[in-house]
Amino acid sequence: MYDFAYHKASSVADAAAKAKGNDDAKFMAGGQTLIPTLKQRLARPSDVIDLAAIADLKSIAAGGGAVTLGAMATHASVAASADVKKAIPALAALAEGIGDPQVRNRGTVGGSVANNDPAADYPAAVLGLGATIHTDQRQIAADDFFLSVFTTALNPGELITRISFPVPEKAAYVKFPSPASRYAMIGVFVAKTAKGARVVVTGAGNGVIRIKSMEAALDKAWSAASLDGIAVSASACNGDIHGSSEYRAHLISVMAKRAVAAAG
Amino acid sequence: MGADGIGAAVRRKEDVRFLTGRGTYTDDISRHGQTHAYIVRSSQPHAAIKRIDTSKALAAPGVVAVFTGADMAADGVGGLPCGWLIKNKDGSPMKEPAHPPLVVDRVRHVGDQVAVVIAETKAQAKDAAELVEIDFEPLPAVVDSLDALKAAAPQVHGDAAPGNLCYDWELGDKAAVDAAFAKAHKVAKIDLFNNRLIPNAMEPRAATGDYDPASGDYTLYTTSQNPHVIRLLMGAFVLHIPESKLRVYAPDVGGGFGSKIYHYAEEAIVTWAAGKLKRPVRWTADRSESFMSDAHGRDHHSHAELALDKDGKFLALRVATVANMGAYLSTFASCIPTYLYATLLAGVYTTPAIYAEVKAVFTNTVPVDAYRGAGRPEATFLIERLVDIAAKEMGMDRVEIRRRNFIPTDAFPYQTPVALQYDSGDYFSTLEQAQKTADWTGFEARRAEAKKRGKLRGIGVSTYLEACGIAPSNIAGALGARAGLYEAATVRVHPTGSVTILTGSHSHGQGHETTFAQVVAETLGIGIDQIDVVHGDTNKIPFGMGTYGSRSLAVGGTAIVKALDKVVNKAKKIAAHLLEASVNDIEFKDGKFTVVGTDKSKTFGEIALTAYVPHNYPLEELEPGLEENAFYDPKNFTFPGGCHIAEVEIDPDTGVTKVVNFTAVDDVGRVINPMIVEGQVQGGVAQGIGQALLENCVYDKSGQLITGSYMDYAMPRADDLPSIGVATHVTLCTHNPLGVKGCGEVGAIGSPPAVINAVVDALKDHGVTHMDMPASPQKVWSVINGARRMAAE
Ligand SMILES: Cc1cc2nc3c(=O)[nH]c(=O)nc-3n(C[C@H](O)[C@H](O)[C@H](O)COP(=O)(O)OP(=O)(O)OC[C@H]3O[C@@H](n4cnc5c(N)ncnc54)[C@H](O)[C@@H]3O)c2cc1C
Repeated sequence: MYDFAYHKASSVADAAAKAKGNDDAKFMAGGQTLIPTLKQRLARPSDVIDLAAIADLKSIAAGGGAVTLGAMATHASVAASADVKKAIPALAALAEGIGDPQVRNRGTVGGSVANNDPAADYPAAVLGLGATIHTDQRQIAADDFFLSVFTTALNPGELITRISFPVPEKAAYVKFPSPASRYAMIGVFVAKTAKGARVVVTGAGNGVIRIKSMEAALDKAWSAASLDGIAVSASACNGDIHGSSEYRAHLISVMAKRAVAAAG
Repeated sequence: MGADGIGAAVRRKEDVRFLTGRGTYTDDISRHGQTHAYIVRSSQPHAAIKRIDTSKALAAPGVVAVFTGADMAADGVGGLPCGWLIKNKDGSPMKEPAHPPLVVDRVRHVGDQVAVVIAETKAQAKDAAELVEIDFEPLPAVVDSLDALKAAAPQVHGDAAPGNLCYDWELGDKAAVDAAFAKAHKVAKIDLFNNRLIPNAMEPRAATGDYDPASGDYTLYTTSQNPHVIRLLMGAFVLHIPESKLRVYAPDVGGGFGSKIYHYAEEAIVTWAAGKLKRPVRWTADRSESFMSDAHGRDHHSHAELALDKDGKFLALRVATVANMGAYLSTFASCIPTYLYATLLAGVYTTPAIYAEVKAVFTNTVPVDAYRGAGRPEATFLIERLVDIAAKEMGMDRVEIRRRNFIPTDAFPYQTPVALQYDSGDYFSTLEQAQKTADWTGFEARRAEAKKRGKLRGIGVSTYLEACGIAPSNIAGALGARAGLYEAATVRVHPTGSVTILTGSHSHGQGHETTFAQVVAETLGIGIDQIDVVHGDTNKIPFGMGTYGSRSLAVGGTAIVKALDKVVNKAKKIAAHLLEASVNDIEFKDGKFTVVGTDKSKTFGEIALTAYVPHNYPLEELEPGLEENAFYDPKNFTFPGGCHIAEVEIDPDTGVTKVVNFTAVDDVGRVINPMIVEGQVQGGVAQGIGQALLENCVYDKSGQLITGSYMDYAMPRADDLPSIGVATHVTLCTHNPLGVKGCGEVGAIGSPPAVINAVVDALKDHGVTHMDMPASPQKVWSVINGARRMAAE
C-alpha cells in the first residue's frame, strides 16, 4: 500500500466536497475491492474518502413499485431484508450469493455497481431490472450506466447515493461461479417486467450485456422452453483457463433456462 | 489405561491456544531493534541479468541495506544443497546446478530471488524495492517437462545440466518385464499427467534472523517442519556456522504439507544479513510470494503398460515417467519421483516384474518437491487408473480384478520386485468394509435414479498402499540419502511427577502434543495434563529429523517409547530399593510399582520424587534424576493402505462434478487417537479431492504463472466436499513397538484415483477411458459435448 490521506466524510455533501477537483481521490465504501487493490499497489490514490459514517446511505426501502437501496447497503443487509425478499426475492438471493460472509458484511451495492467488475453479480440485477442509479448530481438509467470493464458513466468525484429497482413480475438470477474465485464465470439475470422481458449476462465479456434474442423469445412466451435453440455466439465471450469462450457461451444458454425456470 | 491413554478420542491439547489466537507463530516473534526484509523477485521466467543498480533503493527512507547475489558470493555463501543423490542408469551422479540464495547473473523462474532490501519498516522495504533497477535480457523459457527434453529446448542451466536433464534413473528388472510382456494375453496402457499443485499452507513462510555480537550466536526463527535439518544444511553448506553457534527455532507452524521441509533461500538471507547488520532481520511472505516461491508438488508425465494373463493376473508393469524438478533442485526433490515413487509401483498387487524409468528435468518454473504424499500419490494414481483400464480391457469387474491380484493376507512379509518389503496388511478386509459402507452393490439403482434427474452418476474405487516412517538410515544411505533418518527423544520426569517430552518430530497441525502425550500417559499411568510435549527448538531438543512422510509417530513416537522404557527400567530399580525387593519382582502397571504377589507398592510420583530427593536411594549403583534420551532408527518403512470409494454425480449440461459420497477405510496401524486420525484422513481426502477436481498450477508458454492467486488457483472449499466417512481396519506394524503405521497422507494418496475412476465410470457411455486431473467443469463438459456432437453427426 502506498501512502494516502484518509478522510471520513460526514455527509454526502461533505464527501462530494472532499472529492471535488481531485481526480486522484477515491471513495471507499466496503473496501472489499479498493483495499485489496491498494494492498497490491495496483492503485495509488492521493486521498481516500470513507463513506462509512454517512448513515442515510445505508437505507433499504420498498414501496411505490420499487426497491431502493442506499449505496452503502451491504450485501448481507440486502440478503437479510424482509422487504427485499418480499418485493424482489431474486435481488436478495443475488446478494446472498456474493463472496463469503466477511465480504457480504462489508461489501456494498454502491461499491459493486460503481466498480463494474465484469464478473460481478449486482450489475446484472441493475441492468436486468432496468434500475435507476441516483447520484449526488443526477439520475442515470441502467442502460446508460455500464460502459466497459471497470468503467461506468460516473464522472470523477460523482457519488452514487442510491439505486432504485422497479419491482418486476418475476425475476431470478442464476450464477455459475468460477471454481477458483467464485465470481460469476457466467451469471444470468432474467426478469419479466412491465416493459418486457430482460435477460442480462455477467461474466461473459467486458461487462453486463443484454441478450436481445432471448428477451424477444421470452416476450412471446415466458418459459424456459422458449430459449431452446437460441445460442449465444462464442465471439461474445472471453475465455480463460477455467472457461473457454465456447464453454461460456454454452453456459449462458444453460443458466438462462435455469433462471427462467427458477423465476417461475 | 484410563480416559486419555492409547485409543482414546482425546480433544487436542494444542487447540485451546490455536482456537483462541494464542499460538506463537514465527511472524508473532518480535526482536529488539529488528529490521524488515523484502525480497526483490524476478518478473521474468528466464533472463540474463545485465546490471543491478541498488543506489536509488539504498537512498530511500528507512533503508538499512540492499544486498544482491554478488554480496553473498563475496562472503563465500554457498548454494542451497540437495539432500539426496540419485544416480543415472550408467551409475554417474545426477546434475546438481548451483542454487544460490540470491541469483548472481541469471534468473530461472518467475519469483527467483534477485535482491533483498532491508529497512526499518516493511512498507519502507517494499517502497525501496521498487527502486531497485534490474536490466533483464530475456531468454526463451520452457515450462513443460516434455518440452524441456526436446532437442531445441531452451537450456535452464546450460552446461551444468545439458538437455535440461537432472537424471535418467531406473529401477527393476527390465529383462524380466520384457519377457513377461512377450507372453501377455492383453496389455493395458495409459498416458497421464499428474497435475502440478501449489501447497497453500494457511500460514505463509516466514523467517527472522538474529545475531548476538557478544556471543557470536545466530538464531533463526523459521516456519519449518524440521529445524535440525535446517540447522545442519544452512550451517554446514550455506553459511558455514558451526551447529554450536546456530539455533534454529520453528515455533507454532500453521501447516506445511511438505512445503516447509526444505531449506529455503530466505532463511539463509535473513540469517546472513543479521550477522552483517548486527540487527535482527525479519521476513514474511505475502500470499503472492508463496505462490511463486513455496516448492510446488507432483507434475509428472507418465506412460505405463500393464501385462495381463488370460485370467486377469498382472504379469508385469512398465512405467516411464518424466518428472518436473522446476528451475533448481529443492532439498528432497530428487528422491520424490524415484525412491518415494517407483518403489511403490507394486501397490497392493502381486505383480511379479516391474520396471520403471524416471527422467528428472529442469524447467523455468518454481522448484518441485514433496507435497502431502510425495511420490506415493503419483504412483497410486498411475496404478489405480491403470487397473481400471485393465479391467475394461479384460471385460472384468473392477473389484474382481483387484481381488484377484491382491497380495494374500497370509503372504506377509511380502517382498516386492521394487525393493520394498511389506510387513503387514489386509487389503481384502479394507475393500470389503469400504464396499459395505459405500453400499457398492446398491450403486446401479442410484445410477438409474440419478439418470431420471438428468445426472450422470459414477462410482470409483482405489485400493492403495503407501510407505511411511522414512527410513532405515543404512538403506536410505545406500540409495543416496545424505542424512540419517532416525528420530530422537528425551523423557524428562520432573521431581513431582509431571513429564516433559522433547521430540525431534515437529507438529504443524498434526496434534503431536496430544497423541504423543497419550502414548506417555498409557505407559506411565499419568494423565495427559501432566505431560508436555516440546518440539521445534534446536537449543532444547537433542536432535531431530523432523516431520514429513507420516513418520512422526512411527519413528518419533518409537524414540519416545524407547526413552520411556529406559525411564521405567530405572524407576523399577528405585522402586525395588524402596520396597526392599528384587528388581525382577517389580511390576509396573497403571502407574504403580508393585512387588509381584504382594500389596506393597509405590506410585510413579513417589518414585520421581525419590529420584530427585535421593535420601533413601541406592546412590552407589544408580545416578539420581529421572531423564532419558533415545535415538530410534527404523527397521523398515511402514505400509499403511486401504480402500477409498468415491461416488460422483455429473451435471451433463455444465460439466460440474460433485462428490456425493466418500468412504475411506484405512489401515493406519494402531490408532492412538481416533479423532485425530479421522481429522488427518479427512484433511488428506479434502486435498485429494482438490487435486482431482479443482487444483491446477498453470504456467503460460512464456513461463508466467497464470495461477498466481486464489482468483485463478482453485482450492477446495467446504461446500466442494461431501461428508467424508472415515473408518479404520487395523493390522499392526510388526517392527515398531506401538504397531503404528501413519495416517497423515493416506487421504491425499488414496482419494484422487477413486474420484477420477468415478468420473470415468460416470462418463463411460461417452467413450471416456481416462481423464487427467483436475476434472474441471470445462474439461468434463468438453468431453460430454464432444461425444454429443459426434453422436449428432
Ligand atoms: C473474497 C472476495 C470475494 C468476492 N466475491 C464476489 C462475488 O462473488 N460477486 C461479486 O459481485 N463481487 C464479489 N466481490 C466484490 C465485492 O462484492 C465488493 O463488495 C464490491 O466489488 C465492491 O464493493 P465495496 O463496497 O467493497 O466497494 P469498495 O471496494 O469500497 O469500492 C470499490 C470502488 O467503487 C467506488 N465506490 C464505492 N462506493 C461508491 C459510491 N457510493 N459512489 C461512487 N463510487 C463508489 C470506490 O471508489 C472504488 O473505486 C468479492 C470480493 C472479495 C474480496
